Amino acid sequence: MVRSSLNNLRAVILRTRVDRMQQIQPRSPLHHTYILSQFFAITIMLETVPLELIPPTHSVHVGFYRNVRNSAKLQSHLLARNTDFEYAFVDASVVSSRVHLLSAAFRALTAQLSGTLRTPNVHSELVTSLSPSHNIADAYRRFGIGPDTKDLLVVKITFPTDAVPTPPSREQIQKHLDENVEGTPTDFSDEAIAEVTDWGKVKKYYKLNGLPWLDAIKDQEESRGQMQGLVLGAMALRGV
Amino acid sequence: MAAQLPPTHVAASFPLPHVLAHAAIAPTLLAQGAEGRLYKTNHLHPSRPAALKYRPSKPYRHPILDARLTRARILAEARILYRCRREAVPVPLVFALDEAAGWLLLEWISGDPVRVAINTWLAQKHPTASSRPRAAVAQKVASLGSRISEEQEDDDSTHQQKQQQQGDVPKHQVRENTNQDDKGTTGKWSDEETENGGEARRRIREDAPLKALMRNVGTVVGKLHRAGIVHGDLTTSNMMLRPPPTADSGIETAETATDSGAKASLDGDIVLIDFGLSSQSSSDEDRAVDLYVLERAFGSTHPRAEVLFPEVLEGYRGALPAKQATSVLRKLEDVRMRGRKRSMVG
Repeated sequence: MVRSSLNNLRAVILRTRVDRMQQIQPRSPLHHTYILSQFFAITIMLETVPLELIPPTHSVHVGFYRNVRNSAKLQSHLLARNTDFEYAFVDASVVSSRVHLLSAAFRALTAQLSGTLRTPNVHSELVTSLSPSHNIADAYRRFGIGPDTKDLLVVKITFPTDAVPTPPSREQIQKHLDENVEGTPTDFSDEAIAEVTDWGKVKKYYKLNGLPWLDAIKDQEESRGQMQGLVLGAMALRGV
Repeated sequence: MAAQLPPTHVAASFPLPHVLAHAAIAPTLLAQGAEGRLYKTNHLHPSRPAALKYRPSKPYRHPILDARLTRARILAEARILYRCRREAVPVPLVFALDEAAGWLLLEWISGDPVRVAINTWLAQKHPTASSRPRAAVAQKVASLGSRISEEQEDDDSTHQQKQQQQGDVPKHQVRENTNQDDKGTTGKWSDEETENGGEARRRIREDAPLKALMRNVGTVVGKLHRAGIVHGDLTTSNMMLRPPPTADSGIETAETATDSGAKASLDGDIVLIDFGLSSQSSSDEDRAVDLYVLERAFGSTHPRAEVLFPEVLEGYRGALPAKQATSVLRKLEDVRMRGRKRSMVG
């Protein structure tokens, strides 16, 4: 109860900050919460998401950064296989919802747990799990971070290994990300994701064009719900 | 984890599939078939109920063959479900799968199987003499000598016992059945023989909600066939009647439905389930066999609703291009003459 209301408050405060930053409508309905944010120095934290069917030893931490300015640098760390940057950096414009991203995390985790990873680690596996096709390079290009990525979803999956029996804590991960990602921390919520989703790209990548029944749905919520269902199916059936 | 399950869970008798070993909420074993087991669990979050279809490996098969068959069957079912979904055929979503481990995680469809919905409806709206309260009908029974066909009873009860073993039969079904067993087996009687039987049949034939449901069943099957898929095991147990979205969650609906006082309703959408035997085919033969299997299933599961089967065919006709529908229905005549298996002679 307390946690959820705190989350709501965070989301509200966050919106205000974003509005302030982008100079959108100074008298927005959320304007009054700006005053609140002056009193409470609440920072947007990474969210640790417990997933059904995943053992508690494995944790999924998700952060959302908007208006990221150093995407190219972050990508270069990945390309250089810098072990300090073992993250799944996902371009938020191709993600439609929390469930969409978390399904990719679930798929990567089940592959990790059953020892059937097709890519070097669980984080690259997450990015390729988003793709409906078998082509790994394509998956990185379309769903991973690129030099032009503006809004970034970061997923860190931790679990104890023989080499590192105690995985980094959420605070440590948070600190490292705050130091390295130049962007606005944002709540990992469906509403915040919806603001940056590029449905044109989603429809193209998941082959959702040319379905007359889908285009005929007038209600936007219904139509997006249907598309999300197809997206999950396409991911589950990737490359098989 | 299995040790934590309450003793009522049948799951205790089977080792849980590996993927369910860490479920935060204990999964329930819903059905056990020859090929696999069905569990109720969740996808990502407790707010997303899901059905997990698990095909355990068979120790009597050669390991390589076993792995290959499991993989092929999981993938075939998932591909077909996804294809149906793209063609707007109402089927459960595919949430996730692991073809090597032999599981398929599907969207949970709330509500009852169409079989249960129809039988509840018939019991409430068209009570037979035996299932009516004794006082209210005593006179009529005496004057008209209404009895229920014994043969029909047998069919019903064996079917339901089978379902009961699978563990998915709501209590009211069982109760209704015992009720009929108690009083209904007083003698042989067939609908057409008495005026009352004719009257009852006419009332069923003019039951608008039931007719609409039958037509919907036909439409959904037509859509499925139009998508180039045949189901392979079309019965009213393999169709769910998903209640229209209300404030109640699916779980609550399921609970109220098992309550004997629940009001029968045929509102909702038909959703086809269990594509374990389905395949991709557009041939008239395969389509007609699908319809024939459904017709036979109607005959044995809801003999009294069989008079409405032409409504199913009407709905079917409307969902396919006219030419295809006509040739499938013509083929159905042939199949009726010879049965499901095609003659191997000539």
